[in-house]
Amino acid sequence: MIVFRYDKTFEGLLTCIFDAYSRKVFPQKLVGEGEPSPLFTEEEHGVITETTKSSRVWKALEKKLPKEACSMLMHVWLSELPESDDLLFRYIRKVIDSPHNVSTNFTDDDVLEVHKIAKKVSKERLNLIQFVRFQKAADDMFFAPVSPIFNSLPLTMNYFTDRFADQKWLIYDIRRRYGFYYDLKTAQEVSLDDDTHLLSGKLDEELMAKDEKLFQKMWKSYFQALTIKERFNPRLQRQHMPRRYWKFLPEKN
Amino acid sequence: MTPFFKDLFAAFSSEFSFFVKMNEQVHEKLKVLAESAKYDISCASSGTTRKNKPGTIGSAEGWGICHSFTEDGRCVSLLKIMLTNYCIYDCAYCINRRSNDIKRATLTVNELVDLTIEFYRRNYIEGLFLSSGVINSPDYTMERMVRVVKDLRTVHRYNGYIHMKSIPGASSELVHEAGLYADRLSVNVEIPKETNLKMLAPEKDHQSVYKPMFYIQQGVLQNKEERMRFRHAPRFAPAGQSTQMIVGATDETDKDILQLSTALYQRPSMKRVYYSGYIPVNTYDPRLPALKQAPLVRENRLYQADWLMRFYEFKASEIVDDAFPNLDLEIDPKLAWALRHPEAFPVDVNKADYSMILRVPGIGVKSAKLIVASRRHGRITSSALKKIGVVMKKAQYFITCHELATFTVNEASPEYVRKVLTAVKKPAKKGFDERQLTIHFPD
Repeated sequence: MIVFRYDKTFEGLLTCIFDAYSRKVFPQKLVGEGEPSPLFTEEEHGVITETTKSSRVWKALEKKLPKEACSMLMHVWLSELPESDDLLFRYIRKVIDSPHNVSTNFTDDDVLEVHKIAKKVSKERLNLIQFVRFQKAADDMFFAPVSPIFNSLPLTMNYFTDRFADQKWLIYDIRRRYGFYYDLKTAQEVSLDDDTHLLSGKLDEELMAKDEKLFQKMWKSYFQALTIKERFNPRLQRQHMPRRYWKFLPEKN
Repeated sequence: MTPFFKDLFAAFSSEFSFFVKMNEQVHEKLKVLAESAKYDISCASSGTTRKNKPGTIGSAEGWGICHSFTEDGRCVSLLKIMLTNYCIYDCAYCINRRSNDIKRATLTVNELVDLTIEFYRRNYIEGLFLSSGVINSPDYTMERMVRVVKDLRTVHRYNGYIHMKSIPGASSELVHEAGLYADRLSVNVEIPKETNLKMLAPEKDHQSVYKPMFYIQQGVLQNKEERMRFRHAPRFAPAGQSTQMIVGATDETDKDILQLSTALYQRPSMKRVYYSGYIPVNTYDPRLPALKQAPLVRENRLYQADWLMRFYEFKASEIVDDAFPNLDLEIDPKLAWALRHPEAFPVDVNKADYSMILRVPGIGVKSAKLIVASRRHGRITSSALKKIGVVMKKAQYFITCHELATFTVNEASPEYVRKVLTAVKKPAKKGFDERQLTIHFPD
């Protein structure tokens, strides 16, 4: 088995493609630095990430694929699923080797799998947009903890900067320990050194704005008043609003 | 908090306590008015493209988003609320009718505006859905509602979504002003047949509903023309209008309802018709049927039929006709159509038109699109169909895909297919494994 070892970045993955074609050696598996090599490894090549190589590959992909398919690749990368890099590698090879646009051939297993994973990641993006709940802090900053199963937070930034343009906010992914802070101009990636107090998902009452508790209470009772008892259907509720989000929703606590 | 700020807070505490007290009152009103507004089911918040202007709050770009789901599984997208639930009318189907003994409340314009902005800032809602009971006169009520949306747009420079109900009987000037600030306007038909409407709501008639509907339509069309000439002419109700019908409170058949919605959809600005299964809110009224439960299945079937008309290129006359004036409650309308028309099947997924593939039960819009895209690259097999997401349990009787001859609806007869697809699956007994042999010991 031929194995390429790379640094587990998206640029690194694209460099793997470049190296494979220039060496005319195609790996069966990609492994990260420090991971043990799989059984029966015959040949191992260490890939050194270079932006010149990766951007050449990306340009070629943009030429061969429609825009949506390119963003799908990004989505699959952000899924962080095990072996999603192998999937992307196989997919990109098919794209480069075929004279046609393969991204619509859903009878191909890899194409369909990329499509499905991309859909899941964008569903998680939608869930974030739906269920982020800001809590207002005393210094007029709006804070929201999240914990998505895929790393979809970067995909939501367009939405949040457009919508909440005149308020400072911080959305913090407590699972991956990083977040985005918006300072009324741009959203920047931040990771706090001491984030233990944020991990509970609730702002400390000391730090909360004076009327924050009241608005949470009002929202909760509004939400409860809206239920039509004759139509009670908790299963449908769970289907649309998965349980894993409930701990961040004031109406569900 | 630094000690300095703590002192500051203490100094202003009297002011703050006043503020909180006022909000406690608002809290009570909010509960009462939400309770009154919840039977209006429209919740869409898409169809408009207002981007954020730098330095202001909100945006109504892209698709509408549901921000929460209540325990009945309905989505909460907009802050659905009434300005007041006092009403001069006495409509039998309505919870807020004059003769009902319920808690009444009225929000001031400022209270509602503040509430909307604060909820919006916390990403609780997508915008405002403003409705109201009628006080004094339709115009008086409408004017107060217009003040709310005007304040939101001009004073707070809010760009989020606003859905506003147009009060039946309101004047055309007020409807026009409302359209300048709201994204969508709506007037509810409520009861499809006028005679039935007259019976349940003696103060209303279809005139009072269709007139404002017509004003909105006129405004939208006029605005379209203006914007062709002047690119920056202010938009008028960019998300069009919608309406709602109550199902099951009166004796209309599904044919009556679907024919009316077809007629409504043919109007240029009508975007959605909602169907609301009648929930027995005023059980004491003898004009209303005594229902044990809201007709939820029927409502679901009507929505399915509505989808068939909007996305599957079906006509109302194909779904229901004089021979079948009501929708089949046991099977969905698309399957019902397919079983009534076995001559149209089997469909060859490798050759047939997109519109014919759409008509196959078990294939939806998404899978039909994937099929049409994929078949350029090669033949599609039944295993590929399964992976794409086609429900083969249903579709197998209606398709061929260049494989061995299958047992289609023509060989099997529609009655057989119906029997198989509606068979109730017995729930497995607890602790009983079907794969396991059992030995029966006589006692």
